[in-house]
Amino acid sequence: MHILVCGGTGCRASQAELISENLKTEIENRGLENEIKVVSTGCFGFCEKGPVVKVVPDDTFYTEVRPSDAKDIIEEHVIKGRPLKRLLYKNPKNENKVTSTAHIDFYKKQVRIALRNCGFIDPENVDEYIGRDGYAALGKILAEKSPEEVIAIIKDSELRGRGGGGFPTGLKWEITRNVENKEKYVVCNADEGDPGAFMDRSILEGDPHSVIEAMAICGFCIGADKGLVYIRAEYPLAIERLKIAIKQAREYGLLGDNILESGFKFDIELRYGAGAFFSGEETALIHSMEGFRGEPTFKPPFPSVSGYKGKPTNVNNVETFANIPVIINKGAEWFNAIGSEKSKGTKVFALAGKVNNVGLIEVPMGITLREIIFDIGGGIRGGKKFKAVQTGGPSGGCLTEKDLDIPIDYDNLIKAGSMMGSGGMIVLDEDDCMVSIAKFYLEFTLDESCGKCTPCRIGNKRLFEILEKITEGKGTEEDLERLRLLSNVIKDTSLCGLGQTSPNPILSTLDNFYDEYKAHVVDGKCPAGQCKSLLKYEIDSEACTGCTLCFRNCPVGAISGERKSPHYIDQSLCIKCGVCYDKCKFKAINIV
Amino acid sequence: MDKIKLTIDNKEVEVAKGTTILDAAKTIGVHIPTLCHMKLDDMGIENKPGGCRVCVVEVEGRRNLAPACVTEANNGMQVNTHNMRVINARRTVTELIISDHPFECLTCAKAGECELQDLAHAMGIREIHFEGEKSTYREDTSPAIIRDLDKCIMCRRCEMMCNEVQTVGVLSAINRGFNAVVSPAFEQNLDHSACTYCGQCVAVCPTGALTEVDHTPAVIRALSDPTKTVVVQTAPAVRAALGEEFGLEAGTLVTGKMAAALRRLGFDFVFDTDFAADLTIMEEGTELLDRLTRFLEGDKEVKLPMLTSCCPAWVKFFEHQFPDMKDIPSSAKSPQQMFGAIAKTYFADKQKIDRKDLVVVSIMPCVAKKYECGREEFAVDGNPDVDFALTTRELAALIKLSNIEFNALPDEDFDKPMGESTGAGVIFGTTGGVIEAAVRTAYELHTKKELPKINYTELRGMEGVREATIDFDGLPIRIGIAHGLGNARTLLEDIQSGKSHYHAIEIMSCPGGCIGGGGQPYHHSDSSILKKRQKAIYSEDERKTIRKSHENTYIIKLYEEFLEKPMSEKAHQLLHTSYFDRSTQFEQED
Amino acid sequence: MKVKSLADLRKIKDEVHEKIKLREQSENAEQIVQIKVAMATCGIASGAKEIMSYIIDELDYSGIDGVVTQTGCMGYCYAEPTIEVKLPGKAPVVYGFVTKGKAKEIIERYIIKGELVDGVIPVTYRTIDE
Repeated sequence: MHILVCGGTGCRASQAELISENLKTEIENRGLENEIKVVSTGCFGFCEKGPVVKVVPDDTFYTEVRPSDAKDIIEEHVIKGRPLKRLLYKNPKNENKVTSTAHIDFYKKQVRIALRNCGFIDPENVDEYIGRDGYAALGKILAEKSPEEVIAIIKDSELRGRGGGGFPTGLKWEITRNVENKEKYVVCNADEGDPGAFMDRSILEGDPHSVIEAMAICGFCIGADKGLVYIRAEYPLAIERLKIAIKQAREYGLLGDNILESGFKFDIELRYGAGAFFSGEETALIHSMEGFRGEPTFKPPFPSVSGYKGKPTNVNNVETFANIPVIINKGAEWFNAIGSEKSKGTKVFALAGKVNNVGLIEVPMGITLREIIFDIGGGIRGGKKFKAVQTGGPSGGCLTEKDLDIPIDYDNLIKAGSMMGSGGMIVLDEDDCMVSIAKFYLEFTLDESCGKCTPCRIGNKRLFEILEKITEGKGTEEDLERLRLLSNVIKDTSLCGLGQTSPNPILSTLDNFYDEYKAHVVDGKCPAGQCKSLLKYEIDSEACTGCTLCFRNCPVGAISGERKSPHYIDQSLCIKCGVCYDKCKFKAINIV
Repeated sequence: MDKIKLTIDNKEVEVAKGTTILDAAKTIGVHIPTLCHMKLDDMGIENKPGGCRVCVVEVEGRRNLAPACVTEANNGMQVNTHNMRVINARRTVTELIISDHPFECLTCAKAGECELQDLAHAMGIREIHFEGEKSTYREDTSPAIIRDLDKCIMCRRCEMMCNEVQTVGVLSAINRGFNAVVSPAFEQNLDHSACTYCGQCVAVCPTGALTEVDHTPAVIRALSDPTKTVVVQTAPAVRAALGEEFGLEAGTLVTGKMAAALRRLGFDFVFDTDFAADLTIMEEGTELLDRLTRFLEGDKEVKLPMLTSCCPAWVKFFEHQFPDMKDIPSSAKSPQQMFGAIAKTYFADKQKIDRKDLVVVSIMPCVAKKYECGREEFAVDGNPDVDFALTTRELAALIKLSNIEFNALPDEDFDKPMGESTGAGVIFGTTGGVIEAAVRTAYELHTKKELPKINYTELRGMEGVREATIDFDGLPIRIGIAHGLGNARTLLEDIQSGKSHYHAIEIMSCPGGCIGGGGQPYHHSDSSILKKRQKAIYSEDERKTIRKSHENTYIIKLYEEFLEKPMSEKAHQLLHTSYFDRSTQFEQED
Repeated sequence: MKVKSLADLRKIKDEVHEKIKLREQSENAEQIVQIKVAMATCGIASGAKEIMSYIIDELDYSGIDGVVTQTGCMGYCYAEPTIEVKLPGKAPVVYGFVTKGKAKEIIERYIIKGELVDGVIPVTYRTIDE
């Protein structure tokens, strides 16, 4: 028998370690140490009810356990062999006590559809993919269905594009199908560019066949026999695995002429991008594949009508494609039973920032940010206070405490002032300066702007300069007005989605953290203590013992003072590197 | 054609399906300001990247403002072109462009002609609310064109001309975001590229980012040097456009006033490139007949079709792009260079002036001529046949600088002998003109009969590629004409693949021929100006009593006294040239 | 080999399942251990390759009949490198922060003796089969 004690940061903060200790003591007291082992584990993703303890093999799950409960657990559960009722999880719906984790509705908050095979199969072995129903969807539709029927399934599933826009996938396929042309293309957009987002890479690395299968299905539906994967050259492993997968699929006759003896022909080629963020925009991506500068052009015409080489082209991103085979296999109803009213299925997020469990997660649409951050993510690192969460990459916005219980889907996120984007999710805590965060994202857009249209090329540069001014303590209240004004014009006039959304981080931080901006420009202070120009290191003459440690470590000789008497920092020389602060053993240096 | 109805500024408009909001608005007199957009009507030339965002308008029901130049009008659309949301956005966008533009209007070559300046004025910009860092880039000076990219506003017109119209493919956007610029590949300078110096980029640049190399100071120095005799020649297309710089209606011929102005500027002899054009016809026409005769006699070595060679940008184009065909064009020099060669030999001898003390200045509608006169093969012991080439625009500026009231000048004649010309020389200034002039002479030389007609209208027009068959008294001569290097490329590729059936082809680099040259007064996207200039050229031809080159008495005299006959040894030495393979020029250097 | 029909696909699927079953039920099942190493970019960057070869060597050295394969990202980026260990007849267990020392501990204590060791990562997601 094993007793698993959650060693996640959240539970540890609630004395999980002491629970382990006590359990061990109780076990030793009874001389059971050979029969029962106490093991600490990673986060169970149930931090709300932590600390949690699980007993295996009988799968009993205890929540909100205190160190003093150790004795009862051993007495009741181990010795008497019956669950300790008062610590069992109570189902909030019917107040019934639940014993096993399998019966706790919300315990496993993640649902893996797009990531179904990632971490399960060997991505370089097509048999393992087939072993998990791989290519069954393709086989089924080729044998039994017409393109219209398949499109109807995708439409019924209400799957929406996972690349950020959320356009209904089935509708897109239908539009492309209805454009008459002998030559059409299926393009997979694997030009993932949001900072911190890597779900597409992970899918291609972990389950390349799912994308290949989906592209073939799409080709069958729209009437295309050629697929292209536009993948960034910075993803060597994904490229390698995809190449192996394409080769295997061709060997098995799952790509090529006469697939599964159905007469359907389809093959896939790779196209490499230099990894420019804006190349993820459909039209820019197509220009880049054609060998031109990856710049967006005005839509219409949409790629569905005139895309690659001027032919009708259906562009979907990796995650969207990865959902397709499952939808065919399990049916539209199965799929649209998951998720929220207007957004069905799941979304993969790259959870990053100041949470304990950073990672790649796949959650049903409609889950709340609170569940993601505090349960799956295990809460804020170091027990700090949650401040905001940034979603939607550089085009998104920052959401705050008040938004934590909004069910996440395409529409709600936009309503709240952010967006789904491709799935970047960065959690910020009290130590993050929101002006600096806005500046960070803008710097990214600045680097990634293609430079074609004025508002994005010059406007974003000006926004960045104003933010820089503010973080350097040189901003004025008028600058805040200018930020808002310019942001709105950039949104209103930019050529493509990149420019139209690039001011979002500024607007949402202005909306939610206006006081913080104001503190920078009016009081000359950075409340989070991040903006170096606004910081001042001072030595508390009461606390200073004159040990000279700071004096000896200051790289610019800004500190002076006699041994054994208080030291002093010359502010005109100080470069705010923080070395003195770190070195001082007497907490005599203050940041003001 | 399908019609659609929409409402613009509360007025209902009916337009053909596919019309842009910009064009639809024009039909009811609503002017939407533009900057990057450029369209030469009827010539198939249009730049609409939708990049500057100055033309944004509000389309009801849409989240964002829409660029009028690329947004198609739809049935039932409600468009507001000038409400406060639009005006605010438009002004802000204009301010942004100006915030990244040097404030050098006082010394800018484009001052007064700058479309950004006009826009700023029209928008009532008095203050820039978003000042900041300006993007900078090194200045690039080539023999003909200066790139000052600090002034580039990324309208991409030059890129469109260079790639789509001219298919030269030198200019394209590089780098990202704020650092994006238009540049030759690998950020090379223009003189390290396949640039032909056709100057169409200069002709369409809305600001001072692309301008011609200024030869004016050198000309002023020569004119003020008492030891120098300064001779000027004026290209045919100049007289049809120069008046525009002085407020005259496009298409006003100012030949006489131009000669008068040049005289007042202090040129010792005011001559005409048209004289050299007649000379070109003598040489080129004879060469064509020579090749034809050999061809008809069964000579397999002879190269046909023969291509004209008076356009320096075209010459550089095939030297880079079609070096395997460098034997096909006529070996005759361009009129500018023939003029220089004769001026510095025949004329200098007559005047008993050492060629080193004779300065030849040409007034050209062209920026490539600046490059051409600097080509090494057109110099004797380092002394060029043509010293300086001014554009039409530079001449206008020089006239203004000298306080000459151009419009009040009397009409004066050119000086003799090199100012005498025929109607054939004049029409060199437009597409189709060179070949028409050649036909007039070659016909009579070949058939020994008088021309049945003088106006070959079948060779005239503005179509990019034209063709006609001229009956040389039983011998059908098939003629092709192309203007714009992209059109030239089409004809060349046909020759390469053996599909071409022409005997002679005229090629001009600039759309419209020299009347649309890169050195002409800016047309600001008004293609009717080009048509008016073309009309003026033909009317000058009509006015001439002698309209065939071989009847030019001074040309006849030149052969009698000096050159003997067309294609003589002397003529070869002075009036003909050869071409170079430049396709690997820069690879070797790098 | 060409897959020609849906039936062929099912055959492959069944074979794969059969293989797994065989492993589970074979006579020396006790000794067959399946280990998957998460080898996406994040895992490799954290040293998954070294861990994989180390585990192969150690299993060899200990004379354990085991299959070590690579797989994609399990999603626990905070705990890379991660491995999944499946002992015959038991549910798979994921371990995170696997160093060489940890790997040795897992082999010696979990694989050989069947005792769970610290560092188990509970599965926090449902699969499409649930």
